Amino acid sequence: MSVDHFAGAKTYPTPPTTEERTILGKRAVRLEDPPLVTGRGRYAGDINFPRQLHMRMVRSSMAHGVIKSVNVAEALKLPGVVAIWTNDDIKELGPVDFRADRGAEILKPYRQPVLAKGRVRYVGDPIAAVFAEDPYVAEDAAELVEVEIDELPVVIDSWATPGEFEPGRSTEGALLKHSFGDIEAAFKKAHTVVELDLFTGRHSGVPMETRGALGYYDAAKDILELHGAAKVPHRNRETLVKMLGRAPKGLHVHESHVGGGFGIRGELYPEDVLVLVAAMRLGRPIKWIEDRREHLMCANQGREQRHKVRIAADKDGKLLGIDDEIFHDQGAYVRTHGANVANRTMCMMTGGYDIPAYRAVCHYRLTNKTPCATYRAPGRYESTFVRERLMDALADKMGLDRIELRRRNLIGKAQMPYLIEFEEQGVEELLYDSGDYELLLDKGLKAFRWDERKTEIAARRAKGELVGLGIAFFVEESGRGPSDGAKMSVDANGDVELITGGASLGQGFETSMAQIAAEALGVDYQKITVVHGQTDRIAQGIGAHAARATVLTGGAVNETALKLRAKALEFGAELLQLPVGDLDIVGGVIVKRGAPAGGPSLSLADLAKKLTPGAKLLNGRDPHLAVEAWFNTDHTVFPYGIHFAQVRVDKQTGQTVCESFLIAYDIGRAVNPMLVEGQLVGGCVQGLGGALYEEFAYSETGEPLAVTFVDYLLPTLGEVPKIDVLITEDAPSPMNPLGIKGAGEGGINGVGGAIASAIDDAIGKPGAVVQLPVSPQRMKALLA
Amino acid sequence: MKPAAFVYHAPRTLDAALALLAEVAPQDGRILAGGQSLVPAMAFRLARPTHLVDINGVAGLDKLTLDGDVLSVGATVRHAAFHKADAKQGPLGALLADVVHNIAHYPIRTRGTMCGSLAHADPASEWCLTAVTLGAEMVARSAKGARRIKAADYFQGIMQTALEPDELLAEVRLPLLAAGTKHGFYEFNRRAGDFAIGMALVTYRVTAQGKIVDARVGIGGIEGAPRRVPEAEAALNGQAPGKAAFEAAGQATAAVVDPIEDAQTPAAYRRDLAATVVFRALERAAA
Amino acid sequence: MTDTVAITLNINGQNHAVSVEPRRTLADAIRDDCGKTGTHIGCEHGVCGSCTIIVDGEPMRSCLMFAVQADGRKIRTVEGLAKGDELHPLQRAFIDNHGLQCGFCTPGFLMLATAVLEKEPDIADADLLDALSSNLCRCTGYQNIIKAVRQAAVEMRTGEMRGGK
Repeated sequence: MSVDHFAGAKTYPTPPTTEERTILGKRAVRLEDPPLVTGRGRYAGDINFPRQLHMRMVRSSMAHGVIKSVNVAEALKLPGVVAIWTNDDIKELGPVDFRADRGAEILKPYRQPVLAKGRVRYVGDPIAAVFAEDPYVAEDAAELVEVEIDELPVVIDSWATPGEFEPGRSTEGALLKHSFGDIEAAFKKAHTVVELDLFTGRHSGVPMETRGALGYYDAAKDILELHGAAKVPHRNRETLVKMLGRAPKGLHVHESHVGGGFGIRGELYPEDVLVLVAAMRLGRPIKWIEDRREHLMCANQGREQRHKVRIAADKDGKLLGIDDEIFHDQGAYVRTHGANVANRTMCMMTGGYDIPAYRAVCHYRLTNKTPCATYRAPGRYESTFVRERLMDALADKMGLDRIELRRRNLIGKAQMPYLIEFEEQGVEELLYDSGDYELLLDKGLKAFRWDERKTEIAARRAKGELVGLGIAFFVEESGRGPSDGAKMSVDANGDVELITGGASLGQGFETSMAQIAAEALGVDYQKITVVHGQTDRIAQGIGAHAARATVLTGGAVNETALKLRAKALEFGAELLQLPVGDLDIVGGVIVKRGAPAGGPSLSLADLAKKLTPGAKLLNGRDPHLAVEAWFNTDHTVFPYGIHFAQVRVDKQTGQTVCESFLIAYDIGRAVNPMLVEGQLVGGCVQGLGGALYEEFAYSETGEPLAVTFVDYLLPTLGEVPKIDVLITEDAPSPMNPLGIKGAGEGGINGVGGAIASAIDDAIGKPGAVVQLPVSPQRMKALLA
Repeated sequence: MKPAAFVYHAPRTLDAALALLAEVAPQDGRILAGGQSLVPAMAFRLARPTHLVDINGVAGLDKLTLDGDVLSVGATVRHAAFHKADAKQGPLGALLADVVHNIAHYPIRTRGTMCGSLAHADPASEWCLTAVTLGAEMVARSAKGARRIKAADYFQGIMQTALEPDELLAEVRLPLLAAGTKHGFYEFNRRAGDFAIGMALVTYRVTAQGKIVDARVGIGGIEGAPRRVPEAEAALNGQAPGKAAFEAAGQATAAVVDPIEDAQTPAAYRRDLAATVVFRALERAAA
Repeated sequence: MTDTVAITLNINGQNHAVSVEPRRTLADAIRDDCGKTGTHIGCEHGVCGSCTIIVDGEPMRSCLMFAVQADGRKIRTVEGLAKGDELHPLQRAFIDNHGLQCGFCTPGFLMLATAVLEKEPDIADADLLDALSSNLCRCTGYQNIIKAVRQAAVEMRTGEMRGGK
């Protein structure tokens, strides 16, 4: 429903456009690149400490069983093996706790122990840790560890009868619910009802760098350091401090370069904890780098859900309600996210459509497969697939055009801000801040040449080709608060240091922050060094996830830079004997606004030199050209997008080829359009992977079948069509002064839905695609 | 994914290599040529040779020569050697250049060898299909001497050949194709460069009367080992090249194949695919 | 473990005398024995191409070669592309075109493209794309990598024609 207010939250006026800016909103090349293109990056695998030991995990080869014995005697005999631990050696450690969704008390019994305790619950479950001088020897030793397991029955499908997690506890972890309105009434009075049984297959981020971590104990300072696990350094530090019982001052997290995250890296894994404990106990640095096979078996997976869902509409196609029964496959344990993914699935299901009634009931189920957590647009890739399949099916049943049906149900611009409130206690509301969905639809249709393509396709169909068009519309969420801070200073050389609590996984965080700071302060962005991922440089941080960094950390950076600007101008006014209002900062120099070159000026470098402690001009004020500031926001912001796809299906082989794709996305205000496009296109290709190629399949006994890059199919350049991007800035967010919304998840969200929509159109069977990925083998069955 | 330990040998002569192989074969000692198939298997520790005899430095094994009406390909001749069709090899050269671009990817082809692929005998190997379709002859050498094995007798199943553990596939001899021979190759996979789910290689000539003769139809990736399909060839010989004959050949193939099955791909899928790859290979030959 | 072998790895014109087990991969030797960590390990089974280097003029996957096999060969890695402070046209093109995000696959792509373009400066676009499809990237979606390599190809071609390099 639309509301007149932002629930008391602070709002901001529409920000300037890119044309009115100096560097913000421009396609600036990245600060991050020079070391990366010259091979001077420092990823976890590149870090080495003197006398380090290499850790190698011994993992379960069975999906479910009771551990009868673990014999390390033979393995210990190998020269170079220093220690081998099982759960007995780390009895004092609790399970890896939740980071998000801390309130999910009922799920706590399902947390993963650092090493398997009594039972193994998925193939890959870590049972022991080998510590050796050399990674080759460590792997030799791991092979020699003899593990005896008594097999137990496995639960593979989330919709199967729940099994036993442990005596007295079932594998149905929770029954979750999100609802609003009168759903029964909606379906009673409906003119048309469509019911579908949909499935999004298991896949995941699979970054090019596998997971890795190093534990280093600085005995001189009594500080335990974790190197490598990125994404949320400060949050991880909090969790580790609790788990290890150390004082916060004695544990720090350091991030260097990271080879992609996509949501799956940087959540705390058992191995991250182990390297720290071992570093202290064995008195040597510990290095752990997983191999690709391990990664495909053990790093967080996601997306696997089954939806038995129905949608109701009146005679004009106006939506009356969505009613969804979900089976969420969580895998063997509940990791750091609690029930977050299931919750995001449910709360974002209605998307950008004006729907008066909704009910989602989710069976949150544990299975004997790799544990799951967030993967880019978590819960939304899934819910968009479901919702957009419903819309296509409804359009077909009612004889309405797919576009027209959507148009009739879009939340209107006049309805913003639009509140979605759930009946259940503790379920957070959504307040869509701004959006002109219909405008984006029109722009997108035009940019994709929807009508022209329909004509072109008709001609190709006449010649026997199976070609079709698809669409998916979604609302994304980003910029969740409540708060972030930053520190900024200018030194006597004019160099600027910006310290944030953010994290870089490759998305261009440094450059974005530098552009924001440069715009506010008035310096060249390339003179700014952005510090991130170091918990000992700043006390708090949100890291990089849920497309928050640009909005929240960006907001903090903006505030900090403005505060620094104010301090600089305050002193500048005194030194230049001019009113503050007459001054500007251009290229790092304080000048009189509009004055010709050569007029009164003072560089920030010189000002910094003058602001030394004890200087007379301070007059009681703090020295140094340095400040820190905060940005607070109560509400998430909501970018939105539409995906358009054209596909061709090979009738004989069942192969689907995506011929063309358009991402239309409103981002409020783009900090750097080049980076935004990069995020959108990259996410899109991942989305294509999930729609057509990638699948973590398991055998009936829980054996993972895709543990190599030969079986788990990542899209190569050869599979990728020309992907066009239309970025609009028609609905800046009123929730932050820069008007920005996040870009990280807008490229991937709708791909499953759009491809399915296009395939149905291509084969002339509306509603045919009910499962992702659509492999040629499955397509052949659909065509039969 | 580090390999298990092995003793490494790098002989400089063929005799030395064969002597070493005779000595280490009983302990699962193996030949290392391109390594593009063996080393990944070792990384997964599925292969754990205790000795590796590296033949990359052995003199004389890298020869690619015309020997009468045969193209002789030595053990260390790389896939990349066939990237550009050599006119002196006639229609065979054009066929090899067509096929080679379907093998994995560029950097694999600079190391991997044709003989290595033949020794490895993966059902999805393009060269294995080529060898059996064209009726190649394998030259196996050991410390005991040499023997020639016809392709039809050489491939015995998934990763199984007629080679003894102490034998090196020193050379493969591919018969040159008669002038005017047409060829067509078609491979189906999920992504370009992947292992073939199914593929076909066809050759034929057309008489002055416009009829197909000497048809060869080979399928690979469909069964445990590649082979010719006499029923498909019979459906082509004596017919005019065109949709009708090509479809008949495809259907004849589908009717007789015994497809392998795996978790993703049911036998019925590969059976249908067999007809498709044969048809499309024939279309390419006729183009 | 087996006995180690003394070998010399010539990387970017510099000799490194190291002692390695036969099973030590060339990728590991380059990274850990010679300290050149620009070459990355993404899969260790020859599919992703992150470990691509140039050996005697050919691009190859260093995870599929043992260090002992590279004794005395001419190895080039990403650290050798720039000439002092002067970036290689490919490196500049990747920066200009936002052809990298996390940067992990980048050295592999740079060495692959360098080798292909040096061997065949006039390579047809379709063949160039086919060669680039050898390597995996998870961040960029490939579009900007293609733009970058095409841009550099033009520059490298013109440089060739002018006799410069």
